[in-house]
Amino acid sequence: MSDRRIWIRGGRILDPAAERDESGDVLIEGGVIAATGAGLDARGAEVIDANGAWIAPGFVDLHSHLREPGQEYKEDIASGGRSAVAGGFAAVACMANTQPVNDDPAMTDFILDRATQDSPARVYPIAAATRGLEGVVMTEMSALVGAGAVAFSDDGKTIMDGGVMRHVLEYSRLVSVPVITHGEDRYLVANGVVNEGPVSTKLGLPGNPAVAEEILVVRDLILAELTGAHLHVAHVSTRGAVAAIRQARDRGVHVTAEVTPHHLTLTDEAVLGYDTNAKVSPPLRSAADVRACREGLVDGTIDAIATDHAPHAVHEKDLEFTVAPPGLIGFETAFPVVLDLVRNSELSPLELVRRLSTNPARILKRPGGSLEVGAPADVAILDPDTSWTYDPAKGYSKSRNSPWAGWTLTGRAIATIVGGRLVYHVERGVLYP
Amino acid sequence: MIGTDLLGIEDLERADIERILDTAEHMREVGRRVVKKVPTLRGRTIVNLFFESSTRTRASFEIAGKRLSADVINFSPSSSSLKKSESILDTARTLDAMDPDAVVVRHSVAGVPKQIADVLAAPVINAGDGAHEHPTQALLDLLTVKLEKGRIDGLTVTIVGDILHSRVARSNIYAFGKMGAEVRIAAPPPMIPAAVETLGVKVFTSLREAIEGVDVVMALRIQSERLAGCYLPSVREYSSTFGIDREKLKYAKEDVIVMHPGPVNRGVELSHDLTDHRPSVILDQVRNGVAIRMAVLYLLSGRRQEDAQRIDLGSGEGR
Repeated sequence: MSDRRIWIRGGRILDPAAERDESGDVLIEGGVIAATGAGLDARGAEVIDANGAWIAPGFVDLHSHLREPGQEYKEDIASGGRSAVAGGFAAVACMANTQPVNDDPAMTDFILDRATQDSPARVYPIAAATRGLEGVVMTEMSALVGAGAVAFSDDGKTIMDGGVMRHVLEYSRLVSVPVITHGEDRYLVANGVVNEGPVSTKLGLPGNPAVAEEILVVRDLILAELTGAHLHVAHVSTRGAVAAIRQARDRGVHVTAEVTPHHLTLTDEAVLGYDTNAKVSPPLRSAADVRACREGLVDGTIDAIATDHAPHAVHEKDLEFTVAPPGLIGFETAFPVVLDLVRNSELSPLELVRRLSTNPARILKRPGGSLEVGAPADVAILDPDTSWTYDPAKGYSKSRNSPWAGWTLTGRAIATIVGGRLVYHVERGVLYP
Repeated sequence: MIGTDLLGIEDLERADIERILDTAEHMREVGRRVVKKVPTLRGRTIVNLFFESSTRTRASFEIAGKRLSADVINFSPSSSSLKKSESILDTARTLDAMDPDAVVVRHSVAGVPKQIADVLAAPVINAGDGAHEHPTQALLDLLTVKLEKGRIDGLTVTIVGDILHSRVARSNIYAFGKMGAEVRIAAPPPMIPAAVETLGVKVFTSLREAIEGVDVVMALRIQSERLAGCYLPSVREYSSTFGIDREKLKYAKEDVIVMHPGPVNRGVELSHDLTDHRPSVILDQVRNGVAIRMAVLYLLSGRRQEDAQRIDLGSGEGR
């Protein structure tokens, strides 16, 4: 990708793929990792001083919404890609609920073309599992994978017909990519907009019960077991869902799972006061659920952290709580938010990076997530100690719907390298394209 | 603490509630005069911003404002933002630019008065938001009970009906709880909100047990659209299991009173006979509603945020 030589000097190298956590330098050349360690000879290279910060494989996000084509007023591939690299993400997978839906190879082509031209981050399109996300007719999985689709999902439009889901899972074995389920039983959710419990009762808003998620997750785990397909469970948010996934893994089901920074750190109490920026699907849950998600992430039941970056315009979030669309933006806040698990001694820095980089790359079967010599030079330099005040208006997303607006956060991506090119530096901004 | 707004009983201290009730008792006297008007809020503008249609509450606020000599404007935009180009907050900002002294908000979605209060300089009074709160209803219920019983502390109050969808229930649970009463609820199980005991109530599914020895029975309105979500099998079955009649009232205290926020589905929540006669006090509730709204408007009007620091509310003016 690039002939540039970049010498990242004096950092803490965190390479989960090699079980490596040590001080040193990283030399990048020809778009790949050329050397790592101490005492590198890198005369003539562009120097980035890490000053003791973490040098990690660039993050890989399994779950985002880039809104292009169709809803460019919320986000587009350019702005989403810029926001991603500003958060340390070298690659982001984007969901299919664009307008039109990414259910056709031409649409996958379009997204990848746009990404090549406009986005500093790599973009991995997730195609719809059924045409138009309607849950009826399967998409052309072979053609879509041929065009570059990395997974299949109807995401928020959960496939409620168990027979359709069974066949989608069966057919996915032909192409060996994961089927991602947003597990929510539409009938149990009904019109629920906040976690059912003391908070929904206090707010007088319709509750969305944890069992709505658990029933669908359990169904899909059973179908994955039946079909032998790779099921990936999106944004796990309940204690029961974590337990069900743990049991399924134990009996050998091919399942992987992700959890979001918000479900790891915020409870439904963030919605008290009717902040629509804390309205998200699945909803923020109880403290016990948050604890279970953290335990699941620590013990490996949940493989990865994914943002579910879901931009919405201010005028859409300024509506009645029941009407405002669910979702929040998450690329630029993910690292400082999940660093809480390191500060709380639940995860080591190496294990946190594994869940942000190595595991998601493995789930999607993409390169990345490694700093071994010869690996593509997707690198994030991360300062775990710097404190800053987050203002979404100063971020790169077109949208501002963040529950962390105005928070003082600790930890920040200070530089991101994609394919050997420095695309973001905290002092210089997004540098390419 | 009474702040700039009245969004819910949850935010109030017992002393605030007592002050509103005391003020309302004085306001009741105005309604008994031939000339039912005092100059207290002359020159003040009160906007009734009702996104959800309401005849009774809106009329009550309008009469309350007019008895205090305020100029009262009724504004009823279409209820759903989806139907129009303007968001609720834009509507609110537009109104705010006309410098009202208080905005009374009713909306079918919980939280809208709070969202509006967050962007408005004028005080916001919640006139009912979704299944969240209806604070002036709870205040008028407190006043009614206080006038009937001479106290609230130590009484036992049972709220019967669709607690899940009821803002009246939530506000009354807080209100009677804060004033020292024991609050019970009784409802068909699908109409009992999750974890409702966290609000400090005792939960019953047997009406008989729920009203055993109580001082006040408050029935809530049942809506036939709840049949669709399988909250209820039929209105008839509701009426036979949770409808209040004189026979069932025998389990309550002898001097029990029966309340209803109205409008009553006659023969459903209350028997015909109870709807019209003692021990039901439904029309007293309505009458006291005007006094409560006068008190609230008096205590809050003109407290635009920039002025809030400068107005002394403790003066007892207007008594």
